Amino acid sequence: MQTTAPARLSPHLRRLEAEGIAILREVAASFRRPVLLYSIGKDSSVVLHLALKAFAPGRLPFPLLHIATGWDFRAMLDFRDRRVAELGLRLVVHTNPEGLARGIGPLTHGSQLHMATMGTEALKQALDAGGFDAALGGARRDEEKARAKERVFSHRAPGHLWEPRGQRPELWSLYNTRIGPGETMRVFPLSNWTEFDVWDYIAAEAIPVVPLYFAAPRPVVRRAGALILRDDERMPLEPGERPETLWVRFRTMGDWPLTGAHESRAETIDQVLAEIRESRTSERQGRLIDTDQEASMERKKREGYF
Amino acid sequence: MPGRPPPRAQAHGLLRFLACGSVDDGKSTLIGRLLHDSRLIMEDTLAAVARDSLKHGTVGEEVDLALLVDGLEAERQQGITIDVAYRFFATARRSYIVADTPGHEQYTRNMATGASNCELAVILADARKGVLTQTRRHSYICSLLGIRHVVLAVNKIDTVGFAEEVFDRIVGDWLTFAAGLGFQTMVPVPTSARFGDNVTRRSGNTPWYRGPTLLEHLDTVDVEADAAARPFRFPVQWVNRPNQDFRGFAGTVAAGRVALGEALAVAGSGRQGTVARILGPQGDQTEAAAGEAVTIALAEELDVARGDVLAPPDRRPEVADQFAAHLLWMDEEAMLPGRQYLMRIGHLWTPATVTSIRHRVEVNTLEHAAARQLGLNEIGFCNLSAARPVPLDAYAENRATGAFILVDRFSNRTAGAGMVAFPLRRATNIHHEAFLVDRRARAALDGQRPLVLWFTGLSGSGKSTIAKLVEQLLHREGRHTYALDGDNLRHGLNRDLGFTDADRVENIRRAGEVAKLFADAGLVVLCSFISPFRAERRMVRSMLEAGEFVEVFVDAPLEECMRRDPKGLYEKARRGAIRNFTGIDSPYEPPERPELRLDTTAAPAEALARRVLEHLRPRLAGD
Repeated sequence: MQTTAPARLSPHLRRLEAEGIAILREVAASFRRPVLLYSIGKDSSVVLHLALKAFAPGRLPFPLLHIATGWDFRAMLDFRDRRVAELGLRLVVHTNPEGLARGIGPLTHGSQLHMATMGTEALKQALDAGGFDAALGGARRDEEKARAKERVFSHRAPGHLWEPRGQRPELWSLYNTRIGPGETMRVFPLSNWTEFDVWDYIAAEAIPVVPLYFAAPRPVVRRAGALILRDDERMPLEPGERPETLWVRFRTMGDWPLTGAHESRAETIDQVLAEIRESRTSERQGRLIDTDQEASMERKKREGYF
Repeated sequence: MPGRPPPRAQAHGLLRFLACGSVDDGKSTLIGRLLHDSRLIMEDTLAAVARDSLKHGTVGEEVDLALLVDGLEAERQQGITIDVAYRFFATARRSYIVADTPGHEQYTRNMATGASNCELAVILADARKGVLTQTRRHSYICSLLGIRHVVLAVNKIDTVGFAEEVFDRIVGDWLTFAAGLGFQTMVPVPTSARFGDNVTRRSGNTPWYRGPTLLEHLDTVDVEADAAARPFRFPVQWVNRPNQDFRGFAGTVAAGRVALGEALAVAGSGRQGTVARILGPQGDQTEAAAGEAVTIALAEELDVARGDVLAPPDRRPEVADQFAAHLLWMDEEAMLPGRQYLMRIGHLWTPATVTSIRHRVEVNTLEHAAARQLGLNEIGFCNLSAARPVPLDAYAENRATGAFILVDRFSNRTAGAGMVAFPLRRATNIHHEAFLVDRRARAALDGQRPLVLWFTGLSGSGKSTIAKLVEQLLHREGRHTYALDGDNLRHGLNRDLGFTDADRVENIRRAGEVAKLFADAGLVVLCSFISPFRAERRMVRSMLEAGEFVEVFVDAPLEECMRRDPKGLYEKARRGAIRNFTGIDSPYEPPERPELRLDTTAAPAEALARRVLEHLRPRLAGD
């Protein structure tokens, strides 16, 4: 006798899906005040989708948190608000007020200071303010070398500091969820997923994602070897620069001045999957913040970056 | 050449395997080779590695594939991998998750971590060196963690001129050792990770080898343990009760399958219910099998909580508070029998102690040795006692219901990993007797409340002196008391114990149990024990009811105690005539938050005794 669970997912995706759901439930069962860090990208969209399944027929037992840097693509904010309304979710949006007051931005202050202030620092502020003891995120181990050793339950010392040597061995799925005063946990249900798995799952489950992932004619500027979509007037054109309309799409989502598009005609999810299968560059290449220095991700993580 | 998988077309699903080898076996290079040849290394990543090869690489002008996988800054500088890293690649047939575990001194902990979620292991041996101690160790740990499929990659075969007789000798040595380890498949492959021979492509250099390449074998090996054929096990992870109309038990099916209408029993209580609904990722379903994350609703109102296990009424797991298990120790601080840890088994957390170490396993030789404690990376076969009965299966039967971790109660570090062997029968046959006259009733007869005064401090600090005075004062007030003294107990009850850390823990455990009995009898118990470790003092505290344990820190500086030296012991310890003497060559951990701290350099013993009495007065007043 067969189970009646529809078999439209491959055995591989079903296993990943079950693991993700179990991790989400573990968080709900073990922490006082969890929160789902919702960055609006494809990975958070998958985590949200898994969470809706994990707690059905009930509602999400935790709110969503979005760290708005002031430089989010408008299309992402529209998408966020629409999804939250459709699904009836609780959403907390936080922007670093000091950074905002000082006008910190990637174009004027550089990507490092901008991300440290409006990203990392803002996240710590929001977690402290909400008293959140566990933050769920969509990070994956295949994204970057420094992530390959990340735990599913990643322990943070007081001050949200990640200490590589303070991480706990994770055996079986017997996660050690215990934390002391001031300590928190970051939890990554997609740890064992690859970029391809994420898209494969989005396609199979018809999960809505931001339209920027699909190719369309968009006005872009070539700068430092990247194609930047001028999402508003805050980016002055440099001499010789001129916006041109190209068929482009984005492989990852970040702040718009720091996220490079690439030329593509992949308008549908199957075309995106085909493109990724043929791709010879890594997903994070479009991110301008990772190439600052060797091992820059490890440094950022130690400081509390997601 | 394998490429990225076409979507939803992989016949064999996911394979999680472990790669283990010693420092120079070429493990990182082998994994780098698999990733590189399966076209998962992107151009920008490869460019970064080419740049790094010049800086950190060990193979001259070539691209050092090991740098693809050696991740953290610190380890790149040291040239070793420190932790378990997970790598991903895929072929047309399968997706892979590789647990990459290092071969240096943390090997056991890291290997066990990696192996705990793997179905297969690739064990590397250097063709020049053959089967080493490490090769045997890796094989044993894989076996212990329940891996049933292994590959021996005899690597760097190029450095021995692709010689068949070298390969045959190494394989022979290994099979002799590993034959008794319970592996279902054992496949040796001659490889050169650096040049790619027999990794993803058949080598022209080894015409004598007729077996599969490493990747061919990985692509086709059948590792299904048929978890669905075993008795149904459903560890309840979370109770989902969104409203009055729905109450479901969420979790992942650990073994077997269940269908609507079937009867299930709660392992501990034996109460039964009928499956009314099964909610899966796609909504309602009629069945659920091993590996599926579902929510089960029963037709009857049953008392079920996180940590319970649902099982068929006639094939329930064992429920025991004492059991034997293999325990692998992962913490810097040694495991001491009698010390209390937090155990997580399934979704249940409960205090637990190791009551005895049956033997330690010498991982290099598999010999058994006697042990009083388990240090970092040591493996022991132990008896454990949990604070409550827990549902469990033998690890060999079911990884999900037979595995547990021990967590340090104070640092919250994951300190040990255990694999249940069998429940101890005496646990199931000895029940607590509840008597009708209880501790409150006994104490009330004396017009007092039971209390345990715990005097801790260095030898010569004045514990016994002050305790005697306090007892005298209490006695004069008509309180019913009893005094327990470290030295006195060591003449009788504890005369089999010495002064090693393990014996000190047992000494205090017994003292604590005796103090608890006297407290049950309604007495005020005065205990004077050096009791150097915080963990054991907290253990005694946890045995008693809230407010009954009064920790009195008799504080005297070591220099002062040495000057007093009432029994001449410090002098002997300094001469080396006594070993493991607290303060000299054995540590004392002062209390962090004692109920009372007595500074013995500031006041005479009589004044300090009166202070203790003042502190006790509100506690003694009774209800």
